[in-house]
Amino acid sequence: MEGNGKSMTKAEIAELVSTKGGYSKKDANEMVEVLLEQIKKTLERGDKIKIAGFGNFEVKKKSDRRGRNPQTGEELTIQSRRVLAFKPSAVLKNAINENS
Amino acid sequence: MTKSELVEQLAEKNTWLTRKDSEMIVNLVFDSISDALKRGEKVEIRGFGSFTVRERGAREARNPKSGDVVKIPAKKTPFFKTGKELRERVNTKEE
Repeated sequence: MEGNGKSMTKAEIAELVSTKGGYSKKDANEMVEVLLEQIKKTLERGDKIKIAGFGNFEVKKKSDRRGRNPQTGEELTIQSRRVLAFKPSAVLKNAINENS
Repeated sequence: MTKSELVEQLAEKNTWLTRKDSEMIVNLVFDSISDALKRGEKVEIRGFGSFTVRERGAREARNPKSGDVVKIPAKKTPFFKTGKELRERVNTKEE
């Protein structure tokens, strides 16, 4: 894995919302939670989320397919399922490549 | 759903929030994630997922039209891994 090893958490995002937006920590925490839950509910319904300048989150359907248990070699059917895919916007991709 | 629809929903759910406040909050959240990724940091949001920056090595490719070999330099790309809770919630059985 790459990067400077640091990791940002939800609490730190809320902290930034609090300091930069001028909200109390409690309100900022709550707003971040409400926003994330809104996004999760939308995706759960199978709808897309499009954030200009950031990227799109999309639910994709994967149909049944044949697979193999890599340990035993046994053949099995992998059930159809729905997975979430993130497609970063060109703006985000370019920004990440700028200061390197 | 677009960012402006998210902004509207957030303002509707919290009557004390103006639309302007709501817009600022949504922007601050996504800008915080983008800024962290620009610094090469990882972003971990419990129950939602994590964003990381992946390195893709330099490679040679061909221009499909001319057949010329082109050198593609190494680049970084944002990557999202869905968290457990969201992965399970998205994968609900279809009615």
